[in-house]
Amino acid sequence: MSGMAASSVAVEHIPRSGVWLAKVVPWIAVAALPLALPGYEPLATQVFVMILFALSLDLLVGFAGIVTLGHAGLFGIGGYTAGILSVHGFTDPLLTALCAMVTAAITGLIFGIAMLRTKGLTLLMLTMASAFLLYEIANKATGLTGGEDGLQGVSFAPVFGLFAFDFRGKTAFFYTLAILFLAFAFLRALIKSPFGWSLRGIRENDARMAAIGCPIILRRLIVYVIASAFAGLAGALQAQSTQFVALYSLSFELSGNVLIMLILGGSGRLYGSFVGVPMFMLAQDLLAKQDPANWFLGQGTILIGMVMLAPGGILGVCQRGVAVIRARRRA
Amino acid sequence: MIGTATLETRLLNCAFGANPVIMDVDFTLRPGDRRALIGPNGAGKTTFINLITGRLQPTSGSVLLDGKDITGFGEAKRIRLGIGRTFQITSLFPKMTVRENVFLAVAECEGIAGKFFRSVFYHRPQIMRTDELIERVGLSDAAHVPAQLLPYGRQRLLEIAIALALRPKILLLDEPAAGIPTSESHVILDILSTIPKDIAVLLIDHDMDLVFRFAERISVLVQGSLLVEGTPQEIAADRRVREVYLGESKHGGAAAV
Amino acid sequence: MTTITTILFFGVAYGMILYLISVGLSVTMGLMNFVNLAHGVFAMLGGYATVTFMNRYGVPFLAAVAIGCILVAALGFVLERALYRRLYGRSELDQVLFSFGLILVAVAIVRIAWGPLAQPMRLPDYLKGQVEIFNVTLPAYRLVLVGFGTAVIGGLWCVFDRTLFGARIRAAVDNRAMAQATGINTSRLFAVAFGLGTGLAALGGGLGADILAIAPAYPLQYIVYFLIVVAVGGLGNIKGPFIAALAIGLADTACRYFVPEAGSIFIFAFVFLILIWQPRGIVARR
Repeated sequence: MSGMAASSVAVEHIPRSGVWLAKVVPWIAVAALPLALPGYEPLATQVFVMILFALSLDLLVGFAGIVTLGHAGLFGIGGYTAGILSVHGFTDPLLTALCAMVTAAITGLIFGIAMLRTKGLTLLMLTMASAFLLYEIANKATGLTGGEDGLQGVSFAPVFGLFAFDFRGKTAFFYTLAILFLAFAFLRALIKSPFGWSLRGIRENDARMAAIGCPIILRRLIVYVIASAFAGLAGALQAQSTQFVALYSLSFELSGNVLIMLILGGSGRLYGSFVGVPMFMLAQDLLAKQDPANWFLGQGTILIGMVMLAPGGILGVCQRGVAVIRARRRA
Repeated sequence: MIGTATLETRLLNCAFGANPVIMDVDFTLRPGDRRALIGPNGAGKTTFINLITGRLQPTSGSVLLDGKDITGFGEAKRIRLGIGRTFQITSLFPKMTVRENVFLAVAECEGIAGKFFRSVFYHRPQIMRTDELIERVGLSDAAHVPAQLLPYGRQRLLEIAIALALRPKILLLDEPAAGIPTSESHVILDILSTIPKDIAVLLIDHDMDLVFRFAERISVLVQGSLLVEGTPQEIAADRRVREVYLGESKHGGAAAV
Repeated sequence: MTTITTILFFGVAYGMILYLISVGLSVTMGLMNFVNLAHGVFAMLGGYATVTFMNRYGVPFLAAVAIGCILVAALGFVLERALYRRLYGRSELDQVLFSFGLILVAVAIVRIAWGPLAQPMRLPDYLKGQVEIFNVTLPAYRLVLVGFGTAVIGGLWCVFDRTLFGARIRAAVDNRAMAQATGINTSRLFAVAFGLGTGLAALGGGLGADILAIAPAYPLQYIVYFLIVVAVGGLGNIKGPFIAALAIGLADTACRYFVPEAGSIFIFAFVFLILIWQPRGIVARR
């Protein structure tokens, strides 16, 4: 009876070469953005970072069926790892990003082992508690993290020793776009693998999966670690592109926001993040400036409206629209 | 090829609190057996299957596979050892297609389910076996239909395909024809006849027509104990069995020759 | 010795507030199987009602709490019938999103109506001082809290264990279909139970307004604690969360006293350890 349906037909069909081209073109178009709209690189970079973050969440929520309200914990761990490393002299962006991924993956492993035996409300609560725990630690360890003021003195060396992170943000733009592309390619391959299919099976009927011999807890743990790694990567990219890390990156508010971003576009279809994130950030930019209360009101109303009227997000609505049109054509 | 195994229970007992459900059941199933387990509602037939597959633990007694005590083994381990089953209440992956449903089981059975670097379609042998199984149960035309959109009878067929995908040495069918009109049950029978000869099959069902046509031997379970065991003719002629079924469907006595 | 007594007392008072707020969540979760993250909203509204009646209209403290309790219970009842019941069969994700959306809407409305700052809680004079009982000096406010809380909790347990209404709730929690089949009107039962649960939350929010500050961020800040009480205590029963709430109240108070630099770190770690040991809560249903 779930409203958030995953598209099974799209995954099953083998893509033809023409379709492949259609999927690459948007990336090239986006990469050309600095030519069309110079000055928007920093905003676009933020969007890329959030898309990566939302993709990692989609792996959990949309595919494995693990609902988490603490995903910002992994994002923040990645950000603080990269930031703290840079403050202490390790400034190579790719290496620190890798370290951030590993740290986040290990964090995800530890929490996952503790949490993933539980289900439902208990699991949800533990995901929240894990992020709150990390937030508190970061808040109190002011010597290491800068506490409420945020981490100061973050700066990174040029990518490959050639492309420096400057105020205009061109380097950050291409750097995050490239990493987003690679990450997306990996996640897409993951979804189409037998492992990815088994995740959907666990989401749809975990009792049945157990009855066909699937080691459920182990699978969920593996996907949690992978999702944590990519969330950490997104956090590191955030630190690298903004040269700053704040407590917000570990907050409950961010966990909620990224979930909303994902749902807005539609979970369970990786492309949903590409739709939901820009829309959310645009709306946030417009509404939150005047009065945060209005922004909360708008967000809340849209969420409630979506759950009651349009489950599946924007892509879900589109999918239903296409189905209706096809049915009408046949009739 | 598929291995074979002998299943045995010795003095198997299971009680829920003070309530005995299975009492001192000695039961043997050999490779190639075509056995049916019948009995009135509440006799404990599904409980017996749950004890064999490991979903339930007995209060005393043992379950043996090829002479080895597997009573302490969990469900997943017993599945790997070759004990397969279908469910009385259909339990499928509703939004996934028939092909995806069966593939999941094939993937787990053949150990490729944990692999995430290559697409599903790279694993040709498993895809082929999936398609074979789907054809065997007659669902090839519906291979791309989500399971929840299948008519109930075809969902039961999908259940059987998933059970077969796990390459069971012992196959336990819990009311495969439940909810299917008797006129259609021959479809189940046709599928059952394609099961390799050396697999042991235990069938539970209330459709006496199906039971008497399928089984070479029938065991009768009443109130947790085995009342009698014999050929279909012997069971049909047995007075005690008729008494137990008095008031229920007339099939029990009349169907056999 | 006095330190231990003080910590005990403060911890029990805090635990009681947590319990009063969370017990409704445990019951409604056990009844409707609905993940209601917005439960903290009702506690917050009870707090706002209490503070507003006290500060603006000069209503006595306990009376203000009572009025807030009744108003919020009515609101809960209406919301259950209008919105919540449409989502009972839906996936966990949908329920989480819905209740999260509800939190955001409530936070926005409260912020617009009362402003972004925490509400000043002006305790009435008779609650400000200290009281001496058995040679121990205790703050009056918390004494009243513990006393009043004990009375309410005792009453709640009586209703749950001894009345027909309580029996119906326990039956419906145990086996909803069966309860319906024996003629219990489960849909009306849910609405009443939801109203009761939210009313209790408002009671806890109002009574505890000096402990858990009444501000727009309330539902987001504290929901994790209410969920902890319910998850550790076990869903669907009312005795388990009591033990859990007291344990959390005492542990948190003790930790903040002895290791203030650690903040809530110990509590969260403590919760993880408990749930690793007993994933279904310390008083699991069967």
